Amino acid sequence: MAKKILIVGGGLAGTIVGNGLCRQLHHEMAAGSVAITMIGASDTHMYQPGLLYVPFGRMRESELFREQRKVLNRHVPYYIDPAKHIDVDKKTVTTESGKSYDYDFLVIATGSRIRPDNIPGMTEGGHWFYDLEGARKMRDALDKFEGGKIVVNINAPHKCPVAPLEVTFMLRDYLEQKGLLDKSEITYTYPIGRLHALEPVAAWTVPAFDRASIKSETFFNTKSVDAKAKTITSEEETTLEYDLLITIPPHTGQQVILDSDLGAGGWVPTGRHTLLRDGSDNVFVVGDTTNLPISKAGSTAHFEADTVVDNIASLIKEDRWARQYDGKVFCFVETGLNSGTYVWFNYTTPPNPGPPSQMIHWFKLAYNRLYWLSARGLL
Amino acid sequence: MSERTRIDARGAYCPGPLMELIAALKLVQVGDEIEVLSSDKGSANDIPEWVKKVHHEMVGITKEDGHWSIVVRKAK
Repeated sequence: MAKKILIVGGGLAGTIVGNGLCRQLHHEMAAGSVAITMIGASDTHMYQPGLLYVPFGRMRESELFREQRKVLNRHVPYYIDPAKHIDVDKKTVTTESGKSYDYDFLVIATGSRIRPDNIPGMTEGGHWFYDLEGARKMRDALDKFEGGKIVVNINAPHKCPVAPLEVTFMLRDYLEQKGLLDKSEITYTYPIGRLHALEPVAAWTVPAFDRASIKSETFFNTKSVDAKAKTITSEEETTLEYDLLITIPPHTGQQVILDSDLGAGGWVPTGRHTLLRDGSDNVFVVGDTTNLPISKAGSTAHFEADTVVDNIASLIKEDRWARQYDGKVFCFVETGLNSGTYVWFNYTTPPNPGPPSQMIHWFKLAYNRLYWLSARGLL
Repeated sequence: MSERTRIDARGAYCPGPLMELIAALKLVQVGDEIEVLSSDKGSANDIPEWVKKVHHEMVGITKEDGHWSIVVRKAK
């Protein structure tokens, strides 16, 4: 009887797992002793970090998408039929069309979603770039902007920890290029008492904001937005006026995780080294949907997925574990439209970002194209 | 009956213990407690500072073997 591996979610983590397992288990798949199936919500695979460039006209929308079936190894059947209920006791996943898939190994890779509706007034008053529709609206708003107060507002939790600074610096350069910098004021808000979650990045940002004349309000956790009055108010009782509000909305996990009672907020309790769902020995969790206190980032998804590939393949081929996930995260940080740096860390090595350079920015631009090799498990 | 959630943020550099607490408070009920384990000594100052600003309650901070246990109660 074939060992069945079911991957729920066709984003980066799920796709790397599917492609990596095909590479390591191709003999077993050819012999019929292993079968891998993926279910997901879309026929396209989106390069999410590219959304940052869309409002500033730096990437065309079409550059963000490929057909998922062309990114995924052709030996993995892919069904566009989102999971509706995951039953880890019965080892079955039921989909929206009513189909059921049983499994020997399950990989939950359902990602995260933005919830601007969780803040009163945010949907009406805010702009964001975390989905395509939002990026388009933000692009239109920036096209029409003729100067004034811009608030760049960050909410917890959110994916892509460096995006708050990236969008702020890119916005500043964009306004300068349009001749609007002298007529504009940017105020950046952040939930904790410094400018970024990563201490060395926050320390680097203080003088960078000073040089760029960017104002800031720390300890700002958004309570509500008044879209008519154009004000935003925090739990800490600060109110800011804006002419344009750019937000990174709070995120949750997907509805199926909530409906399946797999984790509060849609975040699945996960072993920090094994990446097994707490309480399961055959359910792996990768990417944004874990509850791990770690960056929700593409690189996290990538390194987690690589670990899961090695472990599932090793369990099937050799009946043993291969290795643990060490918490590795690697993120580029765009520090403007023409410069960038990067930061990496893991559970035991703290971050230590280097000075920004044009070279690293160019490497990030190159990675915007090389991403597809990562998704296919080649990089 | 109030519940207690534990967040093991030891070795968590990003987004870090306070951001994890802020996210977790959105998911629990008033009266519930959240215990944050942190290996970063700054958390023992950052977390109480923020809790006071937003009018939640500090239940206690204890230093244990190489880390801090910080317990907060959601008050509103």
